[in-house]
Amino acid sequence: MKKIEAIIKPFKLEEVKDSLRELGVTGMTVTEVKGFGRQKGHTEIYRGSEYTVDFLPKTKIEVAIPDSQVKAVVDAIVKAAKTGKIGDGKVFISPIEDAIRIRTDERGEQAV
Amino acid sequence: MKTLLPRLLLVTALWCATFAAPAAEAAKKPDPTIEQRVGDLEAYVNNGARVTDGKAESRISGAGPGHSAWMMTSAALVLFMTLPGLALFYGGLVRKKNILSVLAQCLGLAGVVSLLWWACGYSLAFGKGSGWLGGMQHAFLRDVGTDPNGDYSAWIPHSLFMVYQLMFAIITPALTVGAIAERMKFSAIMLFSVLWMFAVYFPVAHWVWGIDGWMNGLWNDGAKIKAIDFAGGIVVHMTSGWSALALCIVLGKRLGHGKEPMPPHNLALCMVGTGMLWAGWYGFNAGSAVAADGVAVNAFVTTTLSAAAGCVTWPAIEYVMRGKPSVLGFCSGAVAGLATITPASGFVTPGVAVLIGVMAGAATWFACNIIKAKFKYDDSLDTFGVHAVGGTIGTLLAGVFATTAANPNLGADRIKALVGSTLWLEQVKAGALVLVWSVVATVVIAKIVSVCCDGLRVSEEVETIGLDLTEHGEEGYHG
Repeated sequence: MKKIEAIIKPFKLEEVKDSLRELGVTGMTVTEVKGFGRQKGHTEIYRGSEYTVDFLPKTKIEVAIPDSQVKAVVDAIVKAAKTGKIGDGKVFISPIEDAIRIRTDERGEQAV
Repeated sequence: MKTLLPRLLLVTALWCATFAAPAAEAAKKPDPTIEQRVGDLEAYVNNGARVTDGKAESRISGAGPGHSAWMMTSAALVLFMTLPGLALFYGGLVRKKNILSVLAQCLGLAGVVSLLWWACGYSLAFGKGSGWLGGMQHAFLRDVGTDPNGDYSAWIPHSLFMVYQLMFAIITPALTVGAIAERMKFSAIMLFSVLWMFAVYFPVAHWVWGIDGWMNGLWNDGAKIKAIDFAGGIVVHMTSGWSALALCIVLGKRLGHGKEPMPPHNLALCMVGTGMLWAGWYGFNAGSAVAADGVAVNAFVTTTLSAAAGCVTWPAIEYVMRGKPSVLGFCSGAVAGLATITPASGFVTPGVAVLIGVMAGAATWFACNIIKAKFKYDDSLDTFGVHAVGGTIGTLLAGVFATTAANPNLGADRIKALVGSTLWLEQVKAGALVLVWSVVATVVIAKIVSVCCDGLRVSEEVETIGLDLTEHGEEGYHG
């Protein structure tokens, strides 16, 4: 089992969700987040007071999937979320030790 | 001599009549002739004094319906400027942890000032007294009934004039709140405002607008400074704006000012408030004619044009300077145009109003963007930058551009020689005196309040958490 965390541009969420659903991914967790990477923030000016906004709004998707699906899922996310411009985001892959479905007590891949 | 003798006899008779009330009833004035009755009607339509005054019993001795209807509407419009216009305009500009504190201050002032006005404020501002302050004859609204008070209007009830002027008294301290937002104790603001009303608003309103005020150039033959202020450039915007500057410097900057971002939390609210201010301002300026007459309509037009010119000028400067006209720029420019035309609105022609609006937008942009940055005071919501700067410029320009073509009252003997010549100098004198008076009074009152309330400011912890939760036990936004 692996956890895929993808930080993407907010307006790409629908495309990414649709392409993951086509692959048979049955669930995901989505969070509105803020952060920065190489993409610079922007400045806002209110009556002469200038503020630099470093943290830009992004969307974080988390999915837990069996090892066999990792390549297909990552490819799908990268393809759907890509605009080719700076600020497209990142994908992180990490191992999951175990998973439990609370309703049934199922464990491991059956639980995700 | 021929006319003096009968007049003296009449005055003596009236004076004696006050000693013998029953006899006075017997000495009732004669019935009006048909000429006099028609004359009274014409006076109503033209907003002039009754021709029966002192000569015969008027058949329309009370208020006139048309003028009263407009003035009741105007009073409600001016209240609408504060509740909720100014409250939302300011509320949108603070951080979201402080929105309720601004609303509480506006509501609190509306309540407290209304009660002060009833108790003695109206009497001190508009009762006859000395040139410096009114008397107490109208305390608790004694003799303020439905009969007109000829000192201020022949055709609206005295009580309506009183309540209309109350709305000005409410918005003035509420304007000051903008400069000290997000850091002053609620108790200190309330106590400061009460003392400030007695030290600044009631006296200055009397100086400039009281029938025997020593700066009331328009109506008082004996005025030492013959200034004009149609709707409150001196009385409202200069007093509140200059006091705001003094108070925000005494108070000090907000924590983290200049280091951490403090952007407005909701510019949509700010825009809603701006629209309400603009609409309400028709009651403020056109209502200041105290009648539904031609002067009122001219003020309505000049107010519109100045607001429009300000609304265009400020964002136009932004567009030239950095390529983006901002919503806050449109809002600020419109309010600046409105504040600046206020003292001149009933005295100048529409073309001049456009010029005043353009100057208002440019000057207040400069004050908020350049002067504030250079001197580094924390006028949180730019009460000084918009209202003091706008009100001061407008007061001066009213003196330069006032014309009898816009307002026939300027043709009165007491002032006509000044119009078009040195009226501006009278404006400078009145403005400078009120400026100094406001600033000095504010500093003194702030010291007194600081002792009474154990400091003017909330603690650092309270300021960090926000005033809504700590001072009022509520939050503006949940979820």
